[in-house]
Amino acid sequence: MTGSTRRRFLATGVRATALLGLGGLACDSDRPHAGFLGLMERVNERFQRATFDPSRLAPELPPEDESPPDAFPAYRISKRIPLAPAGWALAVGGLVARPLTLSLADLRRLPQTRTRVRHHCVEGWSAVASWDGVRLSELARLAGVDPRARYVEFRSFDSGYWSSWDLASALHPQTILALAMNGTPLGPEHGAPVRLYSAVKLGYKMVKYLTAVSFLPVRTGGYWEDQGYEWFAGV
Amino acid sequence: MPRPAQPWLVRVTHWANLVLFTIMAGSGLRILVAYPLLGPRGEPYEWYPLQGARPPAALTVGGWLAGARHWHFAFAWLFVANALVYAAYLFASGEWRRRLFLPRRDARNAWGTLLHDLRLREEAPAPVGLYNGMQRLAYTGVLATAPLLVLSGLAMYKPVQLPRLTALLGGYDAARAIHLLALAALALFTAVHVIQVLLHPRTLADMTVGRDERPEERA
Repeated sequence: MTGSTRRRFLATGVRATALLGLGGLACDSDRPHAGFLGLMERVNERFQRATFDPSRLAPELPPEDESPPDAFPAYRISKRIPLAPAGWALAVGGLVARPLTLSLADLRRLPQTRTRVRHHCVEGWSAVASWDGVRLSELARLAGVDPRARYVEFRSFDSGYWSSWDLASALHPQTILALAMNGTPLGPEHGAPVRLYSAVKLGYKMVKYLTAVSFLPVRTGGYWEDQGYEWFAGV
Repeated sequence: MPRPAQPWLVRVTHWANLVLFTIMAGSGLRILVAYPLLGPRGEPYEWYPLQGARPPAALTVGGWLAGARHWHFAFAWLFVANALVYAAYLFASGEWRRRLFLPRRDARNAWGTLLHDLRLREEAPAPVGLYNGMQRLAYTGVLATAPLLVLSGLAMYKPVQLPRLTALLGGYDAARAIHLLALAALALFTAVHVIQVLLHPRTLADMTVGRDERPEERA
């Protein structure tokens, strides 16, 4: 090996080590939205938006693929199962021409759709259930969403659990406000009276115990997202 | 003109890979901690012997699930880019000829080396050029496993947007199992690799500061 290639090798090695060292210093596991990890989250969001096809449907699965009874987990952040307050109604607002207040009966009168797709949890597990309800795109049409709205925020009565989405994922045909699971009205452990369900996001984006849907021009956060979980979380 | 036993691009990508692979494996194991079972909910795979066993914290990177996911998806790109640089060099330079397993040249030699390593044969076959047949088989196996690792990871990351890839691997949960099995295979290789390096320290110098190949190493 000649002196010049050895010098070149050592210089490259020193540079690479320095870069990796700086990269490592800029990686804070407790603040994953910051530094190098945050930068790469933004790169990954671009990748996720680029791979997202608003017309691509997740495979609809046959009934026999449904997870065994009780095998579909039911997560919440409240200590006790949250129960809908008396006079519960869903508020649809933000940048819309016609703000709506919908009771459960109102939602049942809207066109219903069924979706049975694989559910992907951020923890790594998957499960399958069928969900009946109203497409969010139908609600957006009824409310008359302003073209300036780019994001949708979902609020709940589960101790303030919330999330926010990009508009395209929210308007996907397999994103619904679910009123029933596996053919029976949604139980209180699965988010009764109405929960968000979607084929194109990780589970923590699908807010249960819904109280409000707001179409917004700016991006907000979410319960897990603000603590460090990825905001886009598409699948 | 003599070639270096390990050209500088091979050495740089080798050591970068060590750092990147450690980060990927550690953060991957931390993600596994969140749900240390294989198979869909309610139908865990029966063949997997470690259902529910959490990887030890000392082997993990990222601290918690969100931290580990950020590490994993941040460094995945660098891990793949480094591997692509190596693969492009391997083929563009012709280095693949003295590194990859070619059955006609290496099969008998690999078998003889295996018997020798298992103490079933006294004589070790002489290396053919840079490596013996067993080394070529192991290194080629790693290169064949790496794409499986990356593709199964992509399938898990985008099971809905990459439906053909996910279906090809048998679905989301199968991809997750393949991802872990590929890691286990590479971890096994790494353990044997480190032992072999300790037994043959000269190779560590070759991979670090470099050395021209000896005449008998020319394939």
